[in-house]
This record gives sequence, structure tokens and C-alpha cells, in this order.
Amino acid sequence: MLKTYKNLWWGLLVLIILSPLGLLATGTAFGEWGLDELADEVGFIPAGLAKFADFWQYVLLPDYSVPGMNAGFGQATAGYIISAVVGVLLVVLVISIFYRLARD
Amino acid sequence: MHIPDGYLSPQTAIPMIAVMVPVLGVAANKVKNDLKKKQIPVLAAGAAFSFVIMMFNLPVPGGSSAHAVGAVLLAILLGPWAACLGVSVALIIQALVFGDGGILAVGANCFNIAFVMSFAGYYTYKLIKGAADKLSGRGMAAAFIGSYVGLNIAALTTALMFGAQYHLFQAADGTPLYFMYSIKVAVATMMSEHIILAGPVEGLVTVIALWFVGKNYPALLADSPKWIAGNGKGVGSHA
Repeated sequence: MLKTYKNLWWGLLVLIILSPLGLLATGTAFGEWGLDELADEVGFIPAGLAKFADFWQYVLLPDYSVPGMNAGFGQATAGYIISAVVGVLLVVLVISIFYRLARD
Repeated sequence: MHIPDGYLSPQTAIPMIAVMVPVLGVAANKVKNDLKKKQIPVLAAGAAFSFVIMMFNLPVPGGSSAHAVGAVLLAILLGPWAACLGVSVALIIQALVFGDGGILAVGANCFNIAFVMSFAGYYTYKLIKGAADKLSGRGMAAAFIGSYVGLNIAALTTALMFGAQYHLFQAADGTPLYFMYSIKVAVATMMSEHIILAGPVEGLVTVIALWFVGKNYPALLADSPKWIAGNGKGVGSHA
């Protein structure tokens, strides 16, 4: 998978290394506030929202961070890059299923 | 644009999952039957690109943030069905592993960001590009405008899903149960962010990435090779 189109993967690696630039935008996107942010952003927590907000309990790298690595921008940067690497590997793993299925 | 869990009623979220299961089934079949083995690495790299580009949050004045997606880039390279599949894979992994977007909401997010954006952007692109080469001035302008329009239509359908909750689902005392602002507020906020900031960035990212792909692997941008839709029917059309 990685041998063909080598430069695409090099380009991707550069983007992964630059990805912590995304941390500079500290604001939460509209309509994506967590339960802890709703009081400030909205003023109240809707009842139905509170009920379903934590539906999924198995997030391993919450908000692209490594749990425990929260001390300062350096660790956040490292966590972000690790998250990008893990995400890319998982995406490639899933898509590579189609490598077996597709015809020559 | 990744809707978290709790912002959509189950009456909205569950039907959206039911819609996306067959859509992704069709997309998977199209990829399996219509893409060649050697194109799968391009799809993998493109889906991974989409995953990473969504991590580049852009600061929106007023304290919010937005980001590009890369779906229309994938649609230009491999057709809208492959783009829909690739971006959906990225979105599902973002939801499961990183908590970016909900699990109940994953159908809605795949619908807006993968399906709507890929198809709306791709056909806008096709319409503007016409018979021009992909790397010509007109081809590049079409890529910019197509990806700009695709992202903005995805932002619009997201805003409509958000806003509909406010009007349809309220507690007995009138307080909103899920998303808490009207359609008017949701559309105005989402659209201003994407029309002014994220849209132009999406256009730039798409054009730069296309240029990069074309410079390194011209064959991937060759006009109407057998495996790329040359007639607007998606990846399924063998010329």
C-alpha cells in the first residue's frame, strides 16, 4: 500500500507534523460544546442533551489528546501528533480491506 | 461540523443511521467493483488526508472554530462514491476513538460531511469544469468553487438538522430538549463561518492538494482515464 504513490505519504507525514497548528484555534466549534462548556456558552443544559451526551464511553484519545498528557503546550502538541498518527493508521487499515476486494 | 451526541433527538439520529447504512453499502460496492487495486492506496491516502485536515482547526472570530474536510478533493480524484466512503471511514474513526462527533450522531455526520459534501461539491465541480483539463485554470477554478460549495452545502444541512431540533423537540415548559437555537440562528452562524472562513480555506486546500498530486503523479489527474468518471455518473462509469 505504501510503496506506490510514495510522495502522497510523505506529504501526509508533513501534514501530521504540522497538525498541532490546529491547537492554536482554542474555541469550540458552534454546536459542539461539551457538557462542561454549555453553562458558559449557552447558559443551561437541555434535558435531552444531558441524557445522551455521554452515550459513547470508550473514547481512547479524547479530543485528539493522550490521557494524562495535559501539562502544557508541549504535551498537548505531542498528544495531537500521536492522535494524528493513530487516526491515519486506522483509516489506512480500514481502507486496505478494499485492497483485497478490488480487482487488478 | 461534527455533531456530538445529545444535540440531535434520537428521532433524528437513528433514521440518519438507517439512511447511511445502505448509502455506505452502495459506496463500498462501487469502490470494490469500479476501483482498481492500484487506486486503493490513493483512496487510503485521501481518506487519511481528510482525517488530518479536519484536525487543522481554524479560529473563528468570536471564539468558535471551523475546519476544512477534503471530501471534494477525493471526489475529483476517485469519484463521489469513493469520496463518500473514504470520508465516512475517517468520520467513524473520529467518533469512536477521538470523541469528535457522536456515535448516535455518526449517521447524520456521515450524511452531511461525507455524502452531501462529496456529491454536491463533485457535481458543482463537473458543471464548472466542463471539458477543460483538471490542471487548467478553469479546472482549478472549478475545484476551488466545487469544494467551497460542497463544504457550504454540508454546513447548511448540518445547520438545518441542528435548528430543526429546537422547533420540533421541547420539554413541557417550552425549553429545548436537544440543540437549543432556532434554525435562523443555526443557519446564520454556521453559514457565516463557512462562507467567510472555512469555505475559502477548503477551496485553497483542494487546489493545492490537486496541484501536488498532479505534479507528482500526473496520471492520477489525466483527463478521463478509464477508471475516473468522465461523464458525471460517478466511479461506476467505465468510459
